[in-house]
Amino acid sequence: MSALPFATQLLHVLAAGLLLLSFAMLTQRRTRRLVVLLAWQGAVLTASTLLIAATAHLPHLYWSAALTLTVKVGLLPWLLLRLVRRLGVERDSEPLVNVPTLMLVGLALVIFAFGLAQPISALATTVTRQTLGIALAVILLAFLMLIARRTAVTQVIGFLALENGLFFAATSTTYGMPMVIELGIALDVLVGVFVFGIFFFQIREQFDSLDLQHLEALKED
Amino acid sequence: MNAPMHLAPLLGLIAVWLMLGAAGLVQPRSTGWVARVLFPLGALVALGVAAIGGAALADGFAPERWVLPLGLPDLPFHLRLDALSGFFLALLGVAGAGISMFAAGYFREGEGTAPGLLGLQYHVFLASMALVVLADDAYLFMVAWETMALSSYFLVATQHRIPEIRRAGFLYLLMAHVGALALLLCFGVLHGGSWEMTFDAMRGGALPPAWASVAFLLALFGFGTKAGLVPLHVWLPEAHPAAPSPVSAMMSGLMLKTAVYGLLRVGMDLLSGGAWWWGLLAMALGLGSAMFGAVFAAVQTDMKRLLAYSSIENIGLIFTGVGLAMLCRAFGMHALAALALAAALIHAFNHALFKSLLFLATGSVLHATRERSLGKLGGLIRRMPWVALLALVGTLAIAGLPPLNGFVSEWLLLQAFLSTPAIPHAFINMIVPLGAAVVALTAALAGYVMVKFYGVIFLGQPREPSLMHAHDAGWLERIGLAWLALGCVAVGVLPQVALDATAGVTQALAGTALQRGPAPWWIAPVATAQASYSGLWLLAGMLGVVAVTFVLVRRLYHGRVRRTPPWNCGYPWLTPRMQDTAEGFGQPIRRIFGPVFRIEREVPSPTDSAPRYRIRIDDRFWHALYLPIVGAVRGVADAVAVLQRGRLAVYLLYSFLTLIVLLVFVL
Amino acid sequence: MNPHAYAFVLQLGEAVLAVALAPLLVGWVAQCRAWLQSRSAPPLLQPYRTLRKLFRKDAALATHASPLFRGAPYVVFGTMTLSAAIIPSVTVDLPLAQVADAIALVGLFATARVFIALAAMDIGTPFGTLGARREMMIGFLAEPALLMVLFNAFLLFGSTALPTVVEGTLRAEGFALHPSLAFAGVAFVMVLLAENARIPIDNPATHLELTMIHEAMLLEYSARHLALMEWASWLKLFNYICIGFTLFAPWGIALHGAEPAPLLLALLALVAKLACAGAVLAVIETVSAKLRLFRAPEFLSAAFLLAVLGLLVHLLLGT
Repeated sequence: MSALPFATQLLHVLAAGLLLLSFAMLTQRRTRRLVVLLAWQGAVLTASTLLIAATAHLPHLYWSAALTLTVKVGLLPWLLLRLVRRLGVERDSEPLVNVPTLMLVGLALVIFAFGLAQPISALATTVTRQTLGIALAVILLAFLMLIARRTAVTQVIGFLALENGLFFAATSTTYGMPMVIELGIALDVLVGVFVFGIFFFQIREQFDSLDLQHLEALKED
Repeated sequence: MNAPMHLAPLLGLIAVWLMLGAAGLVQPRSTGWVARVLFPLGALVALGVAAIGGAALADGFAPERWVLPLGLPDLPFHLRLDALSGFFLALLGVAGAGISMFAAGYFREGEGTAPGLLGLQYHVFLASMALVVLADDAYLFMVAWETMALSSYFLVATQHRIPEIRRAGFLYLLMAHVGALALLLCFGVLHGGSWEMTFDAMRGGALPPAWASVAFLLALFGFGTKAGLVPLHVWLPEAHPAAPSPVSAMMSGLMLKTAVYGLLRVGMDLLSGGAWWWGLLAMALGLGSAMFGAVFAAVQTDMKRLLAYSSIENIGLIFTGVGLAMLCRAFGMHALAALALAAALIHAFNHALFKSLLFLATGSVLHATRERSLGKLGGLIRRMPWVALLALVGTLAIAGLPPLNGFVSEWLLLQAFLSTPAIPHAFINMIVPLGAAVVALTAALAGYVMVKFYGVIFLGQPREPSLMHAHDAGWLERIGLAWLALGCVAVGVLPQVALDATAGVTQALAGTALQRGPAPWWIAPVATAQASYSGLWLLAGMLGVVAVTFVLVRRLYHGRVRRTPPWNCGYPWLTPRMQDTAEGFGQPIRRIFGPVFRIEREVPSPTDSAPRYRIRIDDRFWHALYLPIVGAVRGVADAVAVLQRGRLAVYLLYSFLTLIVLLVFVL
Repeated sequence: MNPHAYAFVLQLGEAVLAVALAPLLVGWVAQCRAWLQSRSAPPLLQPYRTLRKLFRKDAALATHASPLFRGAPYVVFGTMTLSAAIIPSVTVDLPLAQVADAIALVGLFATARVFIALAAMDIGTPFGTLGARREMMIGFLAEPALLMVLFNAFLLFGSTALPTVVEGTLRAEGFALHPSLAFAGVAFVMVLLAENARIPIDNPATHLELTMIHEAMLLEYSARHLALMEWASWLKLFNYICIGFTLFAPWGIALHGAEPAPLLLALLALVAKLACAGAVLAVIETVSAKLRLFRAPEFLSAAFLLAVLGLLVHLLLGT
């Protein structure tokens, strides 16, 4: 019954790992562990990119794997961890919705994504086509995390997870984007995190907290 | 046309039921005559009905038809006995026999309606249920259906002096009629303009798909109302506890099954399957009901309400099986459809056995203690060992534990779900297997509910001093309970016999029969390598290991016992009030599924000198769905009431105006 | 010897092996835990000594204990032994595995749980009912989660019989990776911890009244009844770990029970795997903290949903 080549199987396992990490991030309450999970997601992404590069013989994907490794596993988590320590937001408050409900919604999203991807992946020809559904699910779950979290730091983490999902979708369906775009995105993300970091300090200065509920007060009535 | 070899004696037996009922009117006030003589005879008749129903399940049984010269001119009653009606007759007979035996010992002097009248209503109820499954035209079906509803209404309202019971009876009657209305409309659609009311004509007539769907939805609504499918369930937890226990057992164990029969007859036989979304809809409603029933049962504090909610759960599981069968049949997967259908049928049979058993057991408890609130019971295993033992069988069976019967149907249902990924449809092949997750969760919750039910009633210490005087059930009651318990064990131990009984039905409705297992006690419905289960061997294994363990412990060591006060972590002043109450036992469920309930709580403050704790858990459907409907109906009624002037001249004016308008339109 | 009798002997042997090894496994886990926490470890054979001590004592029984209370330890022990006989831990040549497949196995576990809970409610002490309620709470979430984990394997191999699952894995051509099993694996470990009264759900070593679950139910038991209950709970741990082996690491299990060499090898493999699993269990218990009671449903629903997710991943990827 193992008609699939080994590399594809391995890729499936990595994709499944990515999804698993997404769910773990959805349920994790502590910001510091969230960052660690994000780094793991980056690591899995690196591995999958390497795998695709090796099986499809696409040298430019090696570069993008290296880029992923440095930015998503090394630089960004380091920055975020520093930020968490300096801001003193070790612990996230409860998510807006309770965790089992959140997971149930996540499950519904996964069904939605998988169902949506089934016809599309039947059309695609790449060896990695079946993972599109998972990539889609990772994106949707990251979005869910953005919605369900309160504090600003976790918002950034959710944003980065979203980017991870997009990146995985790109590599799994079309063997990655052109190098220029990838570099651009990496730079964007990096700058984005810096800007966010500065914002956080400003927000905290203003409200003495990073809880996004305080931002609701900015609305004009 | 075949000579009605089976139908004629069957009809005779039904007539005997009616005569037994009528015989009660000879001495309506004599409990001895009605209960001790007529009810056991009714039980014998029920056995006969079961035997003939069982005969219709044999291989190669050709459906029997008979036209009775009764009814309206040009609208004679048509009867038909086939495998499907045979199965439900067998169910009716087997469970009905146990209930009648129990009822013989149960009914006593001075409980509401006179015993003679009660006997009449009871036997009419039984006979009408038998006629529902035998009817072969819409006319007889509706007559029998309405007779069933009315006779059961009178039985529910036996103790009509209590306002809550009158209210429950009214709600039941109302819902029954709303459902019956839907069925009337359904048959109206089904005849397809031919005005032929026989089922044969409906079976042959090809409806356009849109009208077929309308008919199916009406049938689902009508039968769902009777079955207590969420959100049409509201009458069920009110009516079941209001009725005397044997009647609750009949309603829950038997009457709900006629709704399952009706849905199978209309959905899978008359409409022959139809679109796939029918099955999906039925399955989704079934799964929802199963979850809902289980969760609500866990927080109940009245033992009969708990069982009523558990009925909703079980009906949900049955509908899940039926829906899955329809879904698979629509995709042309006949073997799978047969498996799901068999699971649903066997679960219906099982539910008739164990739910009747448990309702009857609550009846015994009620008689012995005059209490039905779980908060005031406890420790009855020591006062009522017989009832406790037999109820334990029912409890384990309904919790779906091997090697009893509840497990068999759950096993079959899970096996059916296991094959659903093969469904050739992108979304459905992903969503449907998740049904297995819900079924598993429901089954586990049922275990929770039943531990609560049994533990709070029979185990622990008596929560009220009066319980010390409780007495065990009489021998007639014991026979009834033991018969049902025996059924639970038999189906669990000989699952292949039950599976064989469904073969005719699956052949007719799903187009194929299941693979036969290697022995009566061994089932392997799909393929032996895929799955097989043997209840008898499992039971033998369990008994064997337990016996060996017992003997070894006794031989190698000793059996010395010293009786002491309970240890209780060294705290000696133990009182019954320290035990968990029913509310306490349901608390985790209340907390986990909090948003499902509508909870009103009154919690004392820490400084209260006379602390009071009160909690009320309500159904959200009642407040969100039914009360608005009631409001709307009342609003419309108020608006129409403007017409009511109370003066004759005005009323005559209405008639006159109507006449004018009609003349203008017609001429 | 004719094959039926031989199969029967194998079957019996497996059950006896499980019953004999279960206390050793528990002793090993306790020892690993002690090492990891820098305590001096109890002897490896301590559980056997405990059993012997308990069996010798006179049973102290509450005055109003019902026959259900006295019978429950035998039923629970019997069910667990029977479950051990169904799980292919050494060989797949098990006649009983056809009698009861994995769904029946889950049913047997449920039977044991219901009996423990009922027995705990029998005396009517506050701790007993409290323990029963908590156990049922854990159970109603853990049981479907376990079933879903098993479903993942069933879907892969098209069978609910555990020996077929083992054969499917061992006979597969080449090395097959199943992503859905990754989810199932995580979920399974979570269920295992919860069902066997381990940290983070319950602490097997605690007698702290307000937090205990499993111990609370056994408070009224003494002597041989307690011994059987404890032994059954150890057997349950053994069974769970063996289920884990059949699903995720079936290597070494003998495909033919006829020759002695593979059987011996299988036995050695089993002992080695158990040693590893016990050590891993000790590590998990050491690094994690006990959860608040009402985090337990969250933990278990996560396990349940993960297993369901595995099902979905399987359906998407088709492997």
